[in-house]
Amino acid sequence: MSKRSVADLKKGERAIIKSFTDRPMSLKLLEMGCLPGSEIRLDAVAPFGDPICVSIGGFYSLSLRLNEAATIIVE
Amino acid sequence: MALVGNPNCGKSSLFNQLTGLRQKTGNFPGVTVERKFGTFRLSHAAAEVAVPEPVVVETTPTEAPISVSNNEALLVDLPGIYSIYPKSYDEQVVMDILANPSHPDYPDAVIVVADASNLQRNLLLHSELADLGLPIVLALNMLDIASSMKLTVSATQLAMQLGVPVVKINARTGEGKENLKVALRQVLNGDSVQPSGYFFDPSEAVPDLIEEVKQTYDLTNNYLALQYVCQHDNFTFLDQPRRARLDTLIEKYRFDETEFLADETIARYERLKPIVAKVVKAEGKTEQPVWTRRLDRLLLHPIWGYAMFLLVLLVIFQAVFAWAEYPMNWLDAGMAQLIEWTKEVLPEGVLNDLLTDGLLAGIGGVVIFIPQIAFLFALVSLLEESGYMARVMVIMDRLMRRFGLNGKSVVPLISGVACAVPAIMSTRSINNRYERLLTILVTPLMSCSARLPIYTILIALVVPDRTVLGFLNLAGLVLLGLYLLGLVGALLSAWLFSTFIPRRETSYFILEMPTYKLPRWNHVGIMMFESVKSFVLEAGKIIVAISIVLWVLASYGPGDKMERAAERAAVEHAAASPQEKDAAIASAQLENSYAGHFGKFIEPAIRPLGYDWKIGIALISSFAAREVFVGTMATIYSIGRDAEEDVLTIKEKLRKERNPDTGAPMYSTAVSFSLLIFYAFAMMCMSTLAVVQRETNGWKWPLVQLAYMMTLAYVSAFVVYQLLS
Repeated sequence: MSKRSVADLKKGERAIIKSFTDRPMSLKLLEMGCLPGSEIRLDAVAPFGDPICVSIGGFYSLSLRLNEAATIIVE
Repeated sequence: MALVGNPNCGKSSLFNQLTGLRQKTGNFPGVTVERKFGTFRLSHAAAEVAVPEPVVVETTPTEAPISVSNNEALLVDLPGIYSIYPKSYDEQVVMDILANPSHPDYPDAVIVVADASNLQRNLLLHSELADLGLPIVLALNMLDIASSMKLTVSATQLAMQLGVPVVKINARTGEGKENLKVALRQVLNGDSVQPSGYFFDPSEAVPDLIEEVKQTYDLTNNYLALQYVCQHDNFTFLDQPRRARLDTLIEKYRFDETEFLADETIARYERLKPIVAKVVKAEGKTEQPVWTRRLDRLLLHPIWGYAMFLLVLLVIFQAVFAWAEYPMNWLDAGMAQLIEWTKEVLPEGVLNDLLTDGLLAGIGGVVIFIPQIAFLFALVSLLEESGYMARVMVIMDRLMRRFGLNGKSVVPLISGVACAVPAIMSTRSINNRYERLLTILVTPLMSCSARLPIYTILIALVVPDRTVLGFLNLAGLVLLGLYLLGLVGALLSAWLFSTFIPRRETSYFILEMPTYKLPRWNHVGIMMFESVKSFVLEAGKIIVAISIVLWVLASYGPGDKMERAAERAAVEHAAASPQEKDAAIASAQLENSYAGHFGKFIEPAIRPLGYDWKIGIALISSFAAREVFVGTMATIYSIGRDAEEDVLTIKEKLRKERNPDTGAPMYSTAVSFSLLIFYAFAMMCMSTLAVVQRETNGWKWPLVQLAYMMTLAYVSAFVVYQLLS
């Protein structure tokens, strides 16, 4: 089974953050509260499909670009 | 004392609540990061002691002696950060202060503001600061939002778990700020418990490295030693050899920074998880406020999102152009009356002329723009306050990226509509240096408020006052077009630059989306007041000074040339009516004054654009600051007129001006549009050049900017004039 990332989520879909593929990026995401084990949901997609808005743990949202979202592996 | 917290946690509100109007802004020494500071009283009046809410501090409030003189505390508002590891230029200043006890801003106590609705992430920063050994009071904010999300947060539990005083506050209403002061006094007096032991002790993972750093740099704190290892390049208090020594230590112990920091952050969250679990009780499922998600569905929509953004922009321009016109007309008429009155009351002579044609005309050119600037800043700060600006960044990121910029460039570009100077300073929030440079280079192309006076007058001259589609003002639409032209110019220039300048770093766009909030009207008011004040004081000073200099240059000439020209004109027009004779004399005098000579000198260069030497004078004088253009025009034309016409407003004066060769109106459509385009693109602002020099650390970029903008302005104005004439 291929690994799915946040970039592959459909609008409204929920998933659990598993790991990160990019170290410097992961540090940034961690500090902003993107923790392995938290639930992430794709809330909104900006026009032209990029960037996207996700909410983490259901109570606060981040927006990030697709290539950034692709470094967050989910299950 | 220092105020630290995540972005959007209510830190600035608390700062305003504590210091009120006793606040100032400046720069941190040696760096160009805005330093907001203010004072407040640590002890409170007896009546205020009876706060109903219990204090979550171990001891009861007692009037113990306070170590701070006069009970006054100096509070510094540090930039909002997620962690003490900086991600942008702005954020570096936080650790540069907190790691250096001899820094003038090094705090005796730190107020950490934490958002109760997102406690775990906010505590990450707290745990890092606590590990540095700083005395902390935790201000727990946004409890109302937490409870609306069905979360209950126990401050008592939190204080017990963390081992620091925790005070519940509401930064919007100021609730709990007296309790905060009580807790601060106890921390300053050493009466309160501070935690022992680390949340995360780096010496467990790399004991030898930490030990060696501690010994070499005479440190006692393990975590501070780690900061020396990780952040020494940003520490201005360490000299080059001391930094180089740390680099050798990193080599020696083969320390991998990014890996270590990611592990540290995870370890900290592991440590905080059980604490948060004990403190925060969730009743049911937590969700973001429903209306935030509903609004997002509309405002981020592929079609409606852009439509709304365009609508918002249109409202701004309608406000700035149409609604601001009424107060502007009052001011204009008031100034004209004041000038007329002064002329009559004071005895005739040089002093009278200097006062009315020089000083008052200059002041008139300043005050008239107060309504527009106030409207514009109020609307921009409303957008920021409400949380809409973050959505604009999201919908614009894709487009901005295409031009080599970042969604975050939108804020400087929109602020550039007000003034390029604060806009360029706001580029510091763009953490990518390359995108920041591009944004700095193109921001001055956005039509700033200083161009507005020029636009206003020239549009009023050539665009008929008509209503289109029932409610849109035609002049307003032309104005919108000029602003769009500035935007398109900025984007295309950014794209051109991005193809020439090689990119080194990868681009990031991670942004927290704040929930929509009702704007705090006092913040909007403060922002409006500050911007008008700085315009009147900063720009106004220059405008008035240049107006006076111009009056002198236009009233005096080399040798006796002016007198001889006047005599000649008197002879030539001897047969004409006295009025025509006076006008001919005045015009001949201006032509032979110092100002006239300057204008004539550059006339060959600007003739292809359709300008005469009078406009030449205005061009030269407005090089320092564009807004001077209108004041200059007022001075030039009031000198070239007789007393009766002095009371006319600038607009009418320009309309009456004739081309001496053809007799047709001087400000024809071709000349007016050529001037409009010239001012839309030209880099006519000393302050902007100065701030770019400061922000880019050198003269290379400001000079590049000056050259490219001037070329663009000249070429476009040339094309426009040749096409229209």
